[in-house]
Amino acid sequence: MSTFAEEQAREDAASIEESPLRRLAADFFESKLAAAGLVVLLAVVFVALFAPWLSPQNPYDLASLDLLDGRLPPGSTSAEGLVYWLGTDDQGRDMMSAIFYGLRTSLAVGALSSIAALVLGGALGLIAAYVGGRTESAIMRIVDLQLSLPAILVALILVALLGHGVFKIILALVVVQWAYYARTIRASALVERRKEYIEAARCLALSDARIMLHHLLPNCLPPVIVVATVQVAHAIALEATLSFLGIGLPITEPSLGLLIANGFEYMMSGKYWISFFPGIALLVAIVSINLVGDRLRDVLNPRLQK
Amino acid sequence: MTVLVIRRLMQSAVMLLAMSILVFLGVFAIGNPVDILISPQADQAEIARATAALGLDKPLWEQYFVFLANAAHGDLGRSFVFNEPALRLIVQRLPATLELAFSAMLLAVVLGLPLGLYVGLRPDTFLSRLIAAGSILGFSLPTFWVGIMLILVFAVWMGWLPSTGRGATVSVLGVDVSFLTWDGIRHLILPALNLSLSRIALVIRLAAAGTREVSHMDYIKFARAKGLTRGRVVRVHVLRNILIPIVTVLGLEIGAVIAFSVVTETIFAWPGIGQLIIKSITVLDRPVIVAYLMLTVFLVIMINLLVDILYSVLDPRVRLAEARA
Repeated sequence: MSTFAEEQAREDAASIEESPLRRLAADFFESKLAAAGLVVLLAVVFVALFAPWLSPQNPYDLASLDLLDGRLPPGSTSAEGLVYWLGTDDQGRDMMSAIFYGLRTSLAVGALSSIAALVLGGALGLIAAYVGGRTESAIMRIVDLQLSLPAILVALILVALLGHGVFKIILALVVVQWAYYARTIRASALVERRKEYIEAARCLALSDARIMLHHLLPNCLPPVIVVATVQVAHAIALEATLSFLGIGLPITEPSLGLLIANGFEYMMSGKYWISFFPGIALLVAIVSINLVGDRLRDVLNPRLQK
Repeated sequence: MTVLVIRRLMQSAVMLLAMSILVFLGVFAIGNPVDILISPQADQAEIARATAALGLDKPLWEQYFVFLANAAHGDLGRSFVFNEPALRLIVQRLPATLELAFSAMLLAVVLGLPLGLYVGLRPDTFLSRLIAAGSILGFSLPTFWVGIMLILVFAVWMGWLPSTGRGATVSVLGVDVSFLTWDGIRHLILPALNLSLSRIALVIRLAAAGTREVSHMDYIKFARAKGLTRGRVVRVHVLRNILIPIVTVLGLEIGAVIAFSVVTETIFAWPGIGQLIIKSITVLDRPVIVAYLMLTVFLVIMINLLVDILYSVLDPRVRLAEARA
């Protein structure tokens, strides 16, 4: 048993050595659920990154597919002794390999579109807060207009306007998301802008660009990080929805949504695995990202800190 | 108040006009519908005749003004595929979508409100944690995924409920509705539940947060101190005070529900406007796409406008803040 004074002393010593990042990590792992979410998320990212090496089969190499193996239930074996742990689709494609590749596409599109939206929305939000005046009200009016329309409607409009294709879907997702970033970063930049360090930087006659990027931006990041994690999950879900509806990614870049759509017609006859397992993969990816995002919000929120 | 309404009306009109230009230009830019509609063997003269018949040979700005003038008369062009007025196609299918959307909103209130009240009143029970966790899932899961799972469990494995179409309909004042026949209700349950799930989660969250906030207020303590039953305190004093934000948010959600019915209608083969637009996008049926987008944007803007005005009527604090702005 240690006395209270000893414990206090140890905590003080620890807090001197602790970097903010380490404290953040310690806070984060206090929640077992969030820690589990992070582990699962890392596993999902690992699978997506190394899909070609982890998959038992290259699902898009037509030579390695055998049509006779079509729609086999989970656990069946092929003529060459390959075990289809999650069954096969109508083309005789190993579902596990297809899911690994699909995860790769879904995560890549989700992450890329979020990063692009973060850069675009962040820049506009920062400019709006820093410059103010007409520029600000023009930018924020567009943000308000866009946020008043449901995301799926904006996506539908853009898909109808732009047509299909990987790049176009990413563009549509960027347009759907940027307003959230712009609003978030402007809100925190408006608070930071009035602080003394910005005034000090102005007195040093630093350029506006330098103040915005080196002084204002780093201090606005915490809420943006939270929005970004949640938005990646949203982007993945929206892309999957569009692909499921047949107006998302083309058949050459099969994401999880497209895999689910492909299996949908066979579900009525009880061949559930073609849709079910890609669906589970999508669920795991989205839920793990949300768990991490939720915890980050709690950890990064200064109001909740002791 | 009048100033507020006029300002909002102007904003809505500008937004609608901007959308019409955007949608028109954009839809114009995608593909040439003549290529799809006419047989590949057709010669130049035939193609030219078809192009002229569809009005596609005129300059872009002229096509836009023709479109705008016609739109003002309620004519949004004829569907290339059905050869019927696009607006009529949509209006025919609108009741099905609206029925689905309002059933979903009803479910959200009927299921979400009691659950949210329970979580707010007893936040520490196991059941509350379960409901709260479920509402997080309800938020993050894509609608189409939930729809597929509903079909898999209730239609394929259990065989309890049908998963496609509207079932038997009854004509009321010339509009077909499903909810008046037993078969129609059975067909309505799964799609309505699917569409309402994220809305249920939303209502649970709002109701729980509101209840937790309100139950510490002095007027609640006073109501209990004067000996009112727990049920009466919740029904009269808690519920009334948490309803304004919930009603407002749900009002704003009507537009989202109509837009998201695209997904639910496709999965459950529900013959509404959502199913129509997906088919029209795949065959590039321009007038229908334009008509759908214009109508949906119009509906969403009008609903937002109404909710805004209603909100400021209900809550004087908002009205005063708006008047100062």
